[in-house]
Amino acid sequence: MRSAPADRVRELAGPGVPLGVPPDAGVPVLQVDDLSVAYQTRRGDVTAVDGVSFDLARGEFLGIVGESGCGKSTLLFAIAQLLAPPAQVTGGCVSFKGTDLTELTERQLAAIRWKELSVVMQSAMNALNPVKSVGSQFADAMRAHGVSSKREIAQRSAEVLAMVGIDGAHLKSYPHQLSGGMRQRSMIAMALLFTPDLVIMDEPTSALDVVAQRSLMVQIKELQAELGFAIIFVTHDMSLVSHFSDRLMVMYAGQVAEFGPTRRVFDAPLHPYSVGLLDAFPSIRGPQVPLTGIPGSPPDLAKLPGGCRFAPRCQKVMPACETTAPPLYQVDDIQVRCLLQAGRGPAGD
Amino acid sequence: MTDQAPDQAAARAAATATGPLLRTDGLTRHFRIGGGISRKTLHAVDDVSLAIGEREIVALAGESGSGKSTIARLLARIYQPTSGEIYFQGEPLSGLRSREQMLRYRSLVPMVFQDPFSSINPVFRVSHGILRGLKLHRPELSKPQRAAEAARVFETVGLTPAAEVLQRYPHELSGGQRQRVGFAQALALRPKLILADEPVSMLDVSIRIGLLNLMAELRDSQGVSILYITHDIASARYIADRLIVMYAGQIAEAGPVEDVLASPRHPYTQLLLSAVPDPRAPLSITAETDRGEPPRVIDPVPGCRFRWRCPLAIDECSHVTPQLRQLLPDHDAACHVARADAGIRAFG
Ligand SMILES: Nc1ncnc2c1ncn2[C@@H]1O[C@H](COP(=O)(O)OP(=O)(O)OP(=O)(O)O)[C@@H](O)[C@H]1O
Ligand SMILES: Nc1ncnc2c1ncn2[C@@H]1O[C@H](COP(=O)(O)OP(=O)(O)OP(=O)(O)O)[C@@H](O)[C@H]1O
Ligand code: SF4
Ligand SMILES: [Mg+2]
Ligand SMILES: [Mg+2]
Repeated sequence: MRSAPADRVRELAGPGVPLGVPPDAGVPVLQVDDLSVAYQTRRGDVTAVDGVSFDLARGEFLGIVGESGCGKSTLLFAIAQLLAPPAQVTGGCVSFKGTDLTELTERQLAAIRWKELSVVMQSAMNALNPVKSVGSQFADAMRAHGVSSKREIAQRSAEVLAMVGIDGAHLKSYPHQLSGGMRQRSMIAMALLFTPDLVIMDEPTSALDVVAQRSLMVQIKELQAELGFAIIFVTHDMSLVSHFSDRLMVMYAGQVAEFGPTRRVFDAPLHPYSVGLLDAFPSIRGPQVPLTGIPGSPPDLAKLPGGCRFAPRCQKVMPACETTAPPLYQVDDIQVRCLLQAGRGPAGD
Repeated sequence: MTDQAPDQAAARAAATATGPLLRTDGLTRHFRIGGGISRKTLHAVDDVSLAIGEREIVALAGESGSGKSTIARLLARIYQPTSGEIYFQGEPLSGLRSREQMLRYRSLVPMVFQDPFSSINPVFRVSHGILRGLKLHRPELSKPQRAAEAARVFETVGLTPAAEVLQRYPHELSGGQRQRVGFAQALALRPKLILADEPVSMLDVSIRIGLLNLMAELRDSQGVSILYITHDIASARYIADRLIVMYAGQIAEAGPVEDVLASPRHPYTQLLLSAVPDPRAPLSITAETDRGEPPRVIDPVPGCRFRWRCPLAIDECSHVTPQLRQLLPDHDAACHVARADAGIRAFG
């Protein structure tokens, strides 16, 4: 059940096509700068991602949480260059190991997918080809990147499948023959076929029981420590990010609401939305308490209000919040978009 | 093995005058996988007897791949059982023959699918599915009434502004929004029993609480029963009356949710509960932290299917399949070692 040794993964991946500068040169694996994405709709532009910036270092684990519909998947799609119309990048750029991804052709992108940058999408059912067995999809990905030996393909496929806790017999299974959690795990296995520099995962464990989840996360962390890839991990599971991510980004209505070291955000959340998120989950221990969540609903992304986007639901709302859109403030090592911090300097990078 | 009645559900049912809303008796579903010489039989669900009472939320948790969705699909008549029977309001489902009977059953017992990306027709606006459902299952409603009802249930699950969201195509919705469309569709049918397969897995904690409160409210004020399949044990505790834990196609343990959480008897339940993370506490990973392994459901051999991972396994476990037996009032476990007193602990 242990992960395959790093050397073996490298050997299989073969000599990589160098893209830009090697990751060790001190350049972040990923730089996202003021990225905005809008969906063009009948009702006008839906701004699903609005001015998001962050850098990701080699070996870093970034967790992203936020309300359903706040733009997390859209952000990931934009980073991985997987957006399709009516979605459009309306501003900013994404650079991967020093290369601006938006300038690459489809062919150049295909050369790095799976091998250097892999994506586990929110819907494994959508991402997997329904008419191909899991094993043949693994084989396709490996062949596309020059692994041609049948024996190697079979061996590596079995290794990654065992790593995610699925019976090897299922290499012959089609996606519809797997359970929800098994499909998710096959996608994770596929993302780890090579030695990517960046693995993007959109709620990859939402269909897994906690035992399988913990085992999988521990293995991913071990593999990450060994191979040094960076991870962006979107989840609704606060305990997952609390235990595994180095930094945590809380998104609200397309924007970064709060961003900083995970422990700091958990121990002393600054944004009223983060506070609400951290108060809203039930426990299996202790007395039962009725929970209410955060009353109200998020703004319509096609008709954004003038002031703070969280103002209509905020417990701490002040008159200024209704009219002034808060910028990101820097509070020690945390960035937070809330007028309660108006005395602080702007977040700079 | 014990000589206790294998059909606990039926025994319990007899105790109440009306009987449970739904019960299964030895429900089994096998799949053939592979082809040619590598042909194998996968035991997705084996000999499951369970009951769901009126006005009851039963949580179904357990390993990924243990057969939870298969049970829901069997109950929804999407899959036919390999053997065993399902009774709804005392009537066997195998007796449902006519299209009218099936239609009626489907509207009384709708299913919310685990994967909202593949269960909503991508070609039509989301209003299409729900309006069609209403037309089919609630023919007494006029067209404007149907539109109003669709808007009402969308608002109820937080899909606002409902009139606008109804006009969207599925690909214009986020994962969590699609998931709520599935729930709203079931809700619109005024069901007796909702088969909800991971209905909140893609929702943030705040919206999740809203939907959980809604489910509890449906039970309390409208007497709706829910089979709530989930990996989120804390949410099961929050709303469910009873908890059933599955392992490798079989029920490992079943009982009132607080009892099972307070004193889990099956070693797998103990493992599961010990792995429930507490976001406020540091993660405990020890050398013995269970690494999981594929459940052995393909051409399984007799004996307990958990024995390879079980620290308490005795000789009997490797050749006799443990039956579900009552250890405490209304609290059953399928384990040779589990006892009524809480002395034995494998994990946690
Ligand atoms: N094609 C589209 N046209 C119009 N709006 C869209 C489209 N796709 C997505 N949206 C909207 O953009 C917003 C962001 O969607 P996204 O899928 O990124 O959310 P998310 O944060 O991943 O949510 P979830 O946690 O529910 O998956 C949502 O409010 C959604 O309704
Ligand atoms: N149509 C099918 N053909 C073949 N095998 C199937 C089919 N449907 C389910 N299975 C198998 O049955 C077993 C149980 O699957 P099921 O989807 O019921 O699990 P589950 O408990 O819902 O898991 P999860 O929590 O991961 O969703 C799995 O091993 C799966 O591979
Ligand atoms: S800016 Fe105002 S409304 Fe917005 S989160 Fe801060 S206090 Fe609340
Ligand atoms: Mg999403
Ligand atoms: Mg399932």
